[in-house]
Amino acid sequence: MDWFLRGWTALVFLFLYGPVLVLVACSFNASRLNVVWEGFTLDWYQKLLANAPLLRAAKNSLLIATATAILSVLLGTAGAWLLHRYRYRCSQLIRTIVAIPMVMPEILMGISLLILFATIGLKLGFTTVIIGHVTFSFPFVLIAVQVRLHGLDPALEEAALDLGATPLRAFWLVIVPCLKPAIIAGALMAFTLSMDELIVTFFTRSASAETLPVQVYGMARVGLNPMLNALSTLFILATVAFVLFSEYLRKLSR
Amino acid sequence: MSAIGIPSASAARDRRQPGWRAWALLAPMVLWLALFVIIPGLILIVYSFCERDEVGGVIFAFNADNYRRVFEPVYLRIFARSIGYAGLTTAICVVLGYPVACYIARAGEQLRNRLLLLVMVPFWTSFLIRTYAWMTILKQEGLLNGLLQAAGAGFGPLNLLYTPTAVVIGLVYAYLPFMILPVYGSAEKLDNSLIEAAHDLGAGPVRAFSAVIVPLTLPGIAAGTLLVFVPAIGMFAITDLMGGARVPMIGNVIQNQFLQARDWPFGAALGVVFMLMFALTYALLQRRHASPA
Repeated sequence: MDWFLRGWTALVFLFLYGPVLVLVACSFNASRLNVVWEGFTLDWYQKLLANAPLLRAAKNSLLIATATAILSVLLGTAGAWLLHRYRYRCSQLIRTIVAIPMVMPEILMGISLLILFATIGLKLGFTTVIIGHVTFSFPFVLIAVQVRLHGLDPALEEAALDLGATPLRAFWLVIVPCLKPAIIAGALMAFTLSMDELIVTFFTRSASAETLPVQVYGMARVGLNPMLNALSTLFILATVAFVLFSEYLRKLSR
Repeated sequence: MSAIGIPSASAARDRRQPGWRAWALLAPMVLWLALFVIIPGLILIVYSFCERDEVGGVIFAFNADNYRRVFEPVYLRIFARSIGYAGLTTAICVVLGYPVACYIARAGEQLRNRLLLLVMVPFWTSFLIRTYAWMTILKQEGLLNGLLQAAGAGFGPLNLLYTPTAVVIGLVYAYLPFMILPVYGSAEKLDNSLIEAAHDLGAGPVRAFSAVIVPLTLPGIAAGTLLVFVPAIGMFAITDLMGGARVPMIGNVIQNQFLQARDWPFGAALGVVFMLMFALTYALLQRRHASPA
């Protein structure tokens, strides 16, 4: 039984990583086609860095992801703390609604937001893309902070209050520092979700607010492009760094 | 049941009644959810009962024409195909992912953490990039055909990209980590003594697996199904890239109604039907989830 499980696991990991590794290798291949190895080159990376539309899209994506991370942390951290600390009349309902954006198919969120923006007359652009991204990102921050709050000693806040701190001061000086690893992890998560998102963005963007995934999708639909191999490699490296750093934060918070 | 040892009763007693200030602080989040989750859903439903005019605008004529159109054979076939592909994808993900999740759950701590990291990387890598990786492998002048020719295959290059097979490969590749992680979550909680008890009571490995292990990991499979099956039904980007618009799924049709055909009311009706399918799957899986406990 054991050798079967081990062999199967190895094969599945080969399936998961093989194509991605081929892609990474191709990004350094001098040949336009990926079949034969014609020598090592950094040409595709150079071309990538000289491609104006992709660079502009990358800048847009970074801007949108940063705004998304900041807003998601504010909404998510405040929400997690308030729902943890106070007994609101409809806490349970709010918790249920918070979970909806995490499980709802993205296309449904995309079209319903598009209809909303058309109805209220909000022009599509950076604002609408950021609204969409924050809506599906902040629940992840909320959950990450909530998990950490469950492990927090309530005496910490009581002590601060007994020593004369206002609830707001106690939150800022005592609770927030304790939540720091979870907040950083949540911010990273929101940033990554925003950087990678295609579907909701597809419905809420405008031509001037193209993100990197939308641009890549457009290019990939037309055909293959060695520049995309290079771009994908950079994305994969960033993801590996993100996963390792999150793991480090998780270990730190234990 | 809190892991760190704060009894939940005292935590509940500790919770204060919110004053107006606590409500005011919560207000931004409640407003955000109302404005960008609840209200858009309601407007979607309203739109689905409207009509389009010649220029792609919307006329508020309340009738069910759009829904009558949804149930025309053309669209029923697309719905059936979407469910079929998503179902096949889910089944393959269970078959591929279940043993992996079990292996990770039973591994020693160090190996387990490493393997989990190895699942997290594809989990967090954009599906767009992972789909693109398969495009470079499957295209006519791609790696697979190159290898086949180099091996001296007696046939011309195969047309692998833009086929139904390619679509399923793309979907499985995108969603497999979303099946492994929840199944791992429930396999990890599995108490080994239960399996030993089954063996002691004379169950063979097959019996122990089917009568003890599978039922206890069912919640994980249910959660994984929700994360794979429903999104796969509505996915249009992978079907577009891997299927070349030759195998349209429900997501492609919805996308088309909103961005090209500009028949928003009909697109909204398709969206509402999809939303009902999502709600139904969710409710069914929740019930399955709750019953064994």
